[in-house]
Amino acid sequence: MAAGAASGGSARSDTYKAARVWLLLPSWLVLICLVLVPIAIMLVYSFLTKEFRGGVIWEFSLAAYDQFFCSRGLFGDEPCTIEWTYISIFWRSIWQAGAATLLSLVIGFPTAYFIATRPERVRPIWVFLITIPYWVNLLIRTVSMKFVLRDQGPLNDFLLATGIVDDPLRIVNTNFAVQLGLFYSYLPFMVLPIYASVERYNFSLSEAAADLYASKWATLRRVLLPAVKPGVIAGCILVFVPSLGSFLAPDLLGGAKNFMIGSLIEEQFKGNAGNWPFGAAASMILLTMVLIILLIFARQQARAQKGAG
Amino acid sequence: MARGKYDIRRYPGFLPMTVLCLTLLYAPLIVVTIYSFNDSSSITNWEGMSTRWYVDVFVGVESDKFKSAAWNSFTIAMIAATVSTTIATLAATGMIRAGRFRLRTLSFGLISLPLMVPEIVTAVATLIFFNSIGFVRGYTTILLAHIAFCIPFAYMPIAARMQGIEDSYEQAALDLYASKFQAFTRILLPLMAPGIISGFLLAFIISLDDFIITNFVKGAGVETLPTAIFGSVKQGIKPNIMAISTMLLAISIVMVTISYLVSKSDNTK
Repeated sequence: MAAGAASGGSARSDTYKAARVWLLLPSWLVLICLVLVPIAIMLVYSFLTKEFRGGVIWEFSLAAYDQFFCSRGLFGDEPCTIEWTYISIFWRSIWQAGAATLLSLVIGFPTAYFIATRPERVRPIWVFLITIPYWVNLLIRTVSMKFVLRDQGPLNDFLLATGIVDDPLRIVNTNFAVQLGLFYSYLPFMVLPIYASVERYNFSLSEAAADLYASKWATLRRVLLPAVKPGVIAGCILVFVPSLGSFLAPDLLGGAKNFMIGSLIEEQFKGNAGNWPFGAAASMILLTMVLIILLIFARQQARAQKGAG
Repeated sequence: MARGKYDIRRYPGFLPMTVLCLTLLYAPLIVVTIYSFNDSSSITNWEGMSTRWYVDVFVGVESDKFKSAAWNSFTIAMIAATVSTTIATLAATGMIRAGRFRLRTLSFGLISLPLMVPEIVTAVATLIFFNSIGFVRGYTTILLAHIAFCIPFAYMPIAARMQGIEDSYEQAALDLYASKFQAFTRILLPLMAPGIISGFLLAFIISLDDFIITNFVKGAGVETLPTAIFGSVKQGIKPNIMAISTMLLAISIVMVTISYLVSKSDNTK
């Protein structure tokens, strides 16, 4: 089934074969004109010269990429040494997205496993409970998170009132707040694929392991985990990739010190201070990173499928 | 199966983790809902139940801003969801009911493209695109961008539904001398209704929800609810924002629940 889903599902009939082009044309047109072509133009823009009030001058230039990777001293005339400012922002984003992914995995895996081992009748209700918050406006969820975590927020009120802490915890504007925000944004993406693979898992394998005196945890680690690994990897990718380029969680929960790629890009297009070619170049670098991750993932999934079938 | 303590399926600590997970997911939403009924101008102190902030949203100082933003959000979501659902329904028919063909995998890749490209990259690309062709940013640019990224969300439930419907119903109609067009409109589309409705609702929510792309392509003066809320929140969370949030939350939950119930219903039996 997964193989079918990856290519859009199998063709169930050829009833409307004659009209095929007309059926597909609107989607081709819209997506080529409004997604594919814009990305191509963005690539072009990343090689143009910036105009100081936003926008570009149509003159070829490598300045955007040069600014990203090269440090050329105070007057810009020294030979290229590696510029760490932007690489470190990307590095921080990777780190934050990774930490958020780990957090989602640690909480999401037991949840997915728990749901998959409920009676079949009630599983959809549990899945529904996990997915509802995802459909609530992301901005509202992030604002809610900030409201709760605030220095004078309900969480601190509670902790102070019960005497667990003496001074309010300062959570907002830390890395941890951003990770919590990202966790909150994308958790269902972790739970759903893991749930799907645990549901398909053949529990007689675990029973066989138990019969051979494997402890529960050994069974989990050596039998169950290898079997559900594709689901775990899919979940990690689905959380990691959108976290990498996210804007709202780092912007609202992270503050100025916890700048991520999304904010770096956004800044280049705001008002008159921006640098469009640089923003386009940073977007291209992010897009390339994401596509490489997805490509590795797709090949790995294909190999796993070959192995399974 | 149930062997109590020796059940190999059961791991200690997994239930508490699930409870923790659901608490993390729901606590912030519940807290904001409760505080939206707070009768206080400060968001910190609780001063009793009141609906004054809901009234404030409709008649208060900022009400005009929110009303026009809500109108924009609603009309954009309505049009974008309708158009993208139509396009997705046609595309699904072309993908699933029109045999195998060479560009099939490529077509599917194209449809899922908005899901793979990071949202901020789509936002930048769309902004640059409209700028390069000299299109003035405003309501229309938001609408066009929304139509594009809503397509995969509408497509998924529709395609899933179409996969599940045997083509024998249409074949029977064709055997009885129905034209292909009649088979499509009179047989396939009615059978597809649950998939189409849930595709529409998901596209509607996704459009209503969008902040990043809208923020890039909206231009000056045109706001949708998320961009208006974001602008407001930048100066601190205010009680009226919590009232709006609670209302939007309710709308989303109602729509998702309808979508869930509809997609579960089966009218092929």
